[in-house]
Amino acid sequence: MKEYRTITQIAGPLVFVEKTEPVGYSELVNIVTADGTVKRGQVLDTSDDIVVVQVFETTAGIGRDSGVRFTGETIKMPVGKDMLGRILSGGGKPIDGGPEIVPEKRLEITGAAINPYARASPEDFIQTGISTIDGTNTLVRGQKLPIFSGSGLPHNDVALQIARQAKVPGSTEEFAVVFAAMGITREEANYFMADFEKTGALERSVVFLNLADDPAVERTITPRLALTTAEYLAFELGYHVLVILTDMTNYCEALRQIGAAREEVPGRRGYPGYMYTDLAGIYERAGIIKGVKGSVTQIPILTMPGDDITHPIPDLTGYITEGQIVVNRELHRKGIYAPINVLPSLSRLMNLGIGEGHTREDHKKVSDQLYAAYAEGNDLRGLVAIVGKDALSERDQTFLEFADLFEDQFVRQGLYEDRSIEETLDLGWKLLATLPEEQLVRIDRELIQKYHPKYRKAAQG
Amino acid sequence: MKKGTESRTQGVLKRISGPVVTAVGLDAHMYDVVKIGHEELMGEVIKIQGENIIIQVYEDTAGIRPGEPVENTGLSLAVELGPGLLTSIYDGIQRPLEVLVEKMGDFIERGVSAPGLSHEKKWEFVPTAKAGDVVKAGDVLGTVQETNIVHKVMVPPNSKGGTIKKIAAGSFTVDETVCTLEDGTEITMLQRWPVRVPRPTKEKLNPDIPLITGQRILDGLFPIAKGGTAAIPGPFGSGKTVTQQQLAKWSDAEIVVYIGCGERGNEMTEVLTEFPELEDPKTGKPLMERTVLIANTSNMPVAAREASVYTGITIAEYFRDMGYDVSLMADSTSRWAEAMREISSRLEEMPGEEGYPAYLAARLSEFYERAGRVVTLNGVEGSVSVIGAVSPPGGDFSEPVTQNTLRIVKVFWALDAKLSQRRHFPAINWLDSYSLYLDSLTEWYDTEVSPEWNPLRAWAMAILQKEAELQEIVQLVGSDALPDEEQITIEVARLIREVFLQQNAYDAVDTYCSMSKQYDMMKAIRAYADLARVAQASGATPQQIVTVKSKNDLPQIKFIKDYEPALEKILKDMEAEFDAMRAA
Ligand SMILES: Nc1ncnc2c1ncn2[C@@H]1O[C@H](COP(=O)(O)OP(=O)(O)OP(=O)(O)O)[C@@H](O)[C@H]1O
Ligand SMILES: Nc1ncnc2c1ncn2[C@@H]1O[C@H](COP(=O)(O)OP(=O)(O)O)[C@@H](O)[C@H]1O
Ligand SMILES: [Mg+2]
Ligand SMILES: [Mg+2]
Repeated sequence: MKEYRTITQIAGPLVFVEKTEPVGYSELVNIVTADGTVKRGQVLDTSDDIVVVQVFETTAGIGRDSGVRFTGETIKMPVGKDMLGRILSGGGKPIDGGPEIVPEKRLEITGAAINPYARASPEDFIQTGISTIDGTNTLVRGQKLPIFSGSGLPHNDVALQIARQAKVPGSTEEFAVVFAAMGITREEANYFMADFEKTGALERSVVFLNLADDPAVERTITPRLALTTAEYLAFELGYHVLVILTDMTNYCEALRQIGAAREEVPGRRGYPGYMYTDLAGIYERAGIIKGVKGSVTQIPILTMPGDDITHPIPDLTGYITEGQIVVNRELHRKGIYAPINVLPSLSRLMNLGIGEGHTREDHKKVSDQLYAAYAEGNDLRGLVAIVGKDALSERDQTFLEFADLFEDQFVRQGLYEDRSIEETLDLGWKLLATLPEEQLVRIDRELIQKYHPKYRKAAQG
Repeated sequence: MKKGTESRTQGVLKRISGPVVTAVGLDAHMYDVVKIGHEELMGEVIKIQGENIIIQVYEDTAGIRPGEPVENTGLSLAVELGPGLLTSIYDGIQRPLEVLVEKMGDFIERGVSAPGLSHEKKWEFVPTAKAGDVVKAGDVLGTVQETNIVHKVMVPPNSKGGTIKKIAAGSFTVDETVCTLEDGTEITMLQRWPVRVPRPTKEKLNPDIPLITGQRILDGLFPIAKGGTAAIPGPFGSGKTVTQQQLAKWSDAEIVVYIGCGERGNEMTEVLTEFPELEDPKTGKPLMERTVLIANTSNMPVAAREASVYTGITIAEYFRDMGYDVSLMADSTSRWAEAMREISSRLEEMPGEEGYPAYLAARLSEFYERAGRVVTLNGVEGSVSVIGAVSPPGGDFSEPVTQNTLRIVKVFWALDAKLSQRRHFPAINWLDSYSLYLDSLTEWYDTEVSPEWNPLRAWAMAILQKEAELQEIVQLVGSDALPDEEQITIEVARLIREVFLQQNAYDAVDTYCSMSKQYDMMKAIRAYADLARVAQASGATPQQIVTVKSKNDLPQIKFIKDYEPALEKILKDMEAEFDAMRAA
């Protein structure tokens, strides 16, 4: 392989190389520094005159005397069955002291788009045991459902509880976890690893770690390596794979950094104009394929800068993912775990995975009614602060009380409490029964007569 | 092109930077389709700068090198129009996704071409014209039963026409001649039409017929006309897609073109699995049979995303030319605008507002201008209604795509995150939304629904308006402090919102509401309001009026298919309750 010593410019993570033979767009590049260290990069722009290379590691040590080798191929990820149980760096190299991965295949990390015609509709209900998810924002297999959180909030606990408890009731199929850390602290990473180890999840996991002190640019490939692995496990080996990506905010910061180094015209708040497309290239790698056994379900985690859901990172994510679970600071301050605020939360695929044949016939309507009642009670809190409780009508007072009960009983649950969907729905009914029956306008009369505790008791007693 | 010399159709690549590449040594015109590299990836010329021909590529360019060949086909980006469009699902450049699965498996690899229509399949052609007839551009020569829809085979719009020499019934592929003119012109069932050029019509008509959608807030409060334009902006999760899918399912268009432009793969799958099972409420036929889908999802190439809306609208115009009412949904026009922005920034063009190219407004209005109710070249009426979703960053409507769109479209359905969060669906804000077609549609509602409808609508809007003002007071002093009369207004408004405006897309019955049911529901709410006023005048307290039991059954009407008896009973009970109140 020819080595060039024609670097003309280095700016941030970008290296400009002159007078090369024709080099392919997106090709993998190795840059050899004076002390023999090899750094990897990728071609961003290629022409007769100049080739622009984005380096995944720090450019420290790269100079005009460094050698540049173009590998003639795009970045590939070696994958194999023995990856389960392994810990790899954010660049895909083993860091658990174990042997190199024996590759059964080398796959393109950008991953081709699943042909929409080949997709199957995700509709298998995943029971996470968390009421605010199962009851009101149901997760289904093949969905991409991120957790929107804020710094210092227990999103990791929520993600771990999901990973521990997630099951498809009645199914015994093999499942695996792919965990990709991007720019999180060693401490946070250890928290995940310890839980994986304790529960034995590690054996069926593949872990990618790009930590806070690892190169930021490497973060831009970490989720792609993780998803390439997940797709291999799912669509070639038939596993049901749960992918946890944390923290997507760090990923986006890395994108912004590269954009700035390339002197691109920035989009909103300095993030690149193509960030939507870039993120879609990650999040869309979830789903089920007709006639293929496995599935990829994604739970990306991101911390919203300033708890602001309109910030470009959560905003663009929400526009791509199939809903979002929003972790809320106020609930957390009230001492409620899991502090999920259902109002801005959403599962877009919920309707496919619930109801008769999936969960229970009353699920959708119970969920709608819980939402409407909680929203109303929550609004009244603002009013009470101004006019006092006495100014409320009797009807409004019951809604106000409902909101408190909902938070205290439906939202609040234990870190290890694994509620079945029946328990969750019955709990919902128990709370709805505190409202006057005629206020349950979202539910058909028949369902009320079948599930409302009042009639159930009557039927039993 | 140099004078006297052959045009150079072969050049070489000079630079590759993502979806934009530069070729040299090639003669080209704007929007020529070119083939890039050894794999012959499809691209389109978007800029010419001296020797440099700048091309947007519809497929991933990874691994492509400078020096690879580039070939100019000399054709513009065009779609194939003819029998076989219906029930198809295409990518942004009209490659049938089903064929792509057969050719390359479950993932979309590059370098595979596939024609938009099957060139093998035979269709039964039934002539409606005969030898000796003089035909001109646009005239119908015959028909093909495509699905339950009759496909009209027309003289292409750019043909001179002439006298028919030969035309016969039979089984033909789209490439075979079905009609020969005296001058030797051979006409097939296939037309190729450049997507960026609107298909010609004879005349534009006034939009005075509503597109009935079965969605109460739309038909009832903010209707769109057949041939009209509407925008539905909203933050993520507020209901753009569900609303558009509801329109695709239930609107009384004869043909539906649904463009998933830079959105989710699973949403297209949902349409693909659901539509064949659903019936058109008018014809009873599977909805899929009247539908064409374009799916260029967010992770498919951006240049093809840019092209997808043009592909879609050209197909829509083609069916309009047959005299059909077509409705086109584009979800989301913001992703299309972003594709333009991405390409523009690669071209290093001077950016306009928020990085969008300066021609953003022009492109948007050119697109929406292709909507309309028209007289076609063959003298019949057809229409294309265009409904575009807009996805404003952070839900902020002041951004360029929303603002430029609102300057063009006539109907604005403003989605509101506050409503969607409380699961008030469709989360269309009744105070911010508007329809500029109301005046031109008044007559239709008068004659087709009832002369009472228009006043009833105005009444409901006034109540909602009033409620908003009263809510401001309530926020300060509590509802008990309101005068009796206003407490009733608040209750009536609540009924309008909860009974009429809220409509659950996932309820088997409520998903579609006929115009007559809409009318009956609103009348019932009005009946309560009128009884309440009378009762109040004769001394009943708001507490008594608000707790009238029978009205609590009104929401249930939504879930009942044959609702008339139930509604009648409610009305009767209501009268009895009010009578009793007065008696007491
Ligand atoms: N009970 C309700 N049901 C349905 N929609 C409602 C209800 N209350 C309010 N809305 C809708 O939400 C919108 C905003 O309501 P609200 O008066 O609470 O907002 P605001 O004063 O703008 O709030 P803020 O200042 O807190 O942003 C209203 O215009 C109305 O469309
Ligand atoms: N008319 C409706 N009836 C019931 N649910 C709805 C309706 N419109 C929207 N929704 C709910 O809102 C969610 C988000 O809607 P969607 O159309 O996907 O939003 P957007 O396209 O604006 O991001 C849906 O998954 C569904 O749960
Ligand atoms: Mg949508
Ligand atoms: Mg307010």
